[in-house]
Amino acid sequence: MRRNQVAVVGAAETTELGVIPNASQLQLHADAALNAIADAGLKLSDIDGFATAVETPQQVCHYLGIKPTWVDGTSVGGCSFMLHVRHAAAAIEAGLCKTVLITHAESGKSMIGKLPRSTPPDSLNGQFEAPYGVYGPPSMFPIPVLRFMKTYSITHEQLASVAVVQREWAAKNPRAMMKDPITVADVFNSRMIAYPFRLLQCCLVTDGGGALILTSADRAKDFPRKPVYVMGTGESVETPMVSQMETFNSSRAFKTAGPLAFKEAGIAHGDIDHLMIYDAFAHLPLFGLGDLGFMPHEETGQFIAEGNTRPGGKLPLNTNGGGLSYMHSGMYGMYALQESVRQMRGIAPAQVPNARISVCHGVGGMFAASGTIVFTNER
Amino acid sequence: MAEPQRARPKPTPETQHFWDGTKAGELRLQRCDACAHVYFPPRPFCPSCASRKVSIFKASGKGFLYSYVINHRPAAPGFTPPYAIAVVELDEGPRMMSNIIDCPQTPEALELDMKLEVAFQALDDKITLPVFRPAKG
Repeated sequence: MRRNQVAVVGAAETTELGVIPNASQLQLHADAALNAIADAGLKLSDIDGFATAVETPQQVCHYLGIKPTWVDGTSVGGCSFMLHVRHAAAAIEAGLCKTVLITHAESGKSMIGKLPRSTPPDSLNGQFEAPYGVYGPPSMFPIPVLRFMKTYSITHEQLASVAVVQREWAAKNPRAMMKDPITVADVFNSRMIAYPFRLLQCCLVTDGGGALILTSADRAKDFPRKPVYVMGTGESVETPMVSQMETFNSSRAFKTAGPLAFKEAGIAHGDIDHLMIYDAFAHLPLFGLGDLGFMPHEETGQFIAEGNTRPGGKLPLNTNGGGLSYMHSGMYGMYALQESVRQMRGIAPAQVPNARISVCHGVGGMFAASGTIVFTNER
Repeated sequence: MAEPQRARPKPTPETQHFWDGTKAGELRLQRCDACAHVYFPPRPFCPSCASRKVSIFKASGKGFLYSYVINHRPAAPGFTPPYAIAVVELDEGPRMMSNIIDCPQTPEALELDMKLEVAFQALDDKITLPVFRPAKG
C-alpha cells in the first residue's frame, strides 16, 4: 500500500464509557457510529464501506440503515480494527468504496445483547487447552510471561511498574475508568488473579465502543477535522492456542505486523513521537517494545520502570491509560486507535506536544493475531 | 444439583488416535515421513512441509516445564484454586498444555526447566488426560 493515500476523517467513542446498563451491545455500535458520523460532518447515506468484528456487518449495517458496496467482517480479536483500517485503506485505494465506517462496541461489563464466548469441546482449544483449567483471558494470556521473565531477566517489580506508569497517564484523562495514582507496592498488594499477575496487572472489564471513518487523502482535506493519514500498516496471525506459540520469548504475529507497518511507512524508531501497545495484561508492552524493535527484549522492563514511557518521558506509551486503566470492553484495539487519532489531531487529554507520527499496535486473542497502524498528521 | 464438571475433550477423526493412546497409557505424537518434523496437536499432514505421509508414534513422555500460571480466580469448573496451568516442552520438540501433579502448586515448587514425566488421569471411561509430574531421579 502507498503511504498517506487514505485518512481518518471521523473518530469517536460511545457517548459514555465504563458501565452502561441502559444500552445493548448493538446500540453501543450505533452510538459510536452516529458520534463518528457527526464528527466527520457526514450522513449515514454517505457511507459505502463498512467493517466490524464479533457482530456481523449485516447486523450493524441493517441496524444503522447503511447500504454498503464493500464490507469486511474480519474478526481476529481485539486488533480486528487495526486490520479493518488496513483493509479499508486498500479498498479505498482500489476504488471499491469511498467512505468506510469501522465500528466496535462491547457490553463487556453489563453483558446486554452480547453473545457468549464458548469453546466447543471438539475444537483444538476444547481438546488440548480447556481440560487443563484455562478459564478466560486472565488464565491464558499470562502463560508465556514466566518464561519471558526468565529468558530476559525481567523482574516482578518491572512488570508492576507497567501498571503504575499507565495510571499516571490515566490520571490526566477525565474519561479514564481508574485515575487514582498507584505504587508498585499497591500492585503487589492487589489480589492474585493468575500468578505472577495480580489484579492491577490485568485489564479492566467495561462497556463501550468506538468508530472510525476513513476516506481518500484527496477528499480528506474537505472535512471539518484535521485529517490523520494512514502512513503504514501490517497484520498477521499465529495460533489460537497460546500453548502452541513458536516461542514465549516473543510474538511471531507482533514481529510480522510491526516491521511491515514501519517499512511501509518508511520510518525508523527514532521518528516515532507517540506509541500505543495494546495492554490487556502488563507483559504486553514489554513484548511489543521488543518485538517491534524499539530495543532488545532484555531492556524493556527497565525502560518502563525507569520512566521512559511516562508523561514527559522520551517515548510516550499508552497515553490514555491503556486497557489497564482507561477502559477495556473486551476488544480494546479500537480505543488504542482512537487515542492515536486524538494525539495526531492534537486534542488528546494528555497531549504529546508536537507529535507527528503515532504507532498503534494491537493484539488479538492470546497473541493469536496482530495489527499495526502508523498514523501521521503531515502528508 | 451436580457440581459443574471439568471441560471434557471430544475427539475428532483427526485426534482420535491421541485419545485412544492416552487411554492405553501412551502419549502419541506424529512425525512426518518426508521431513521428520514432529508435531502436535494432531492432524493428518505435516504442518512444516505439507506431506500427507505421516506416522503416529509413542513419545517418551519426558519433557520440562516451559512456563505456567497459577490460577486463582476465576477458577474453571471442576478445579479448586490455586492450580497451575502449565506448558510442557516434550523431549521430541512439541509443547503441550497440561497440569502438574504430585507437586505443590506454588512458585517455589514449580521451577521453570524442571524435568517432568507424563502420567495419565482418567476423566471417565472414554477420556484420559495426559498430565505431568516431576521426573524421578
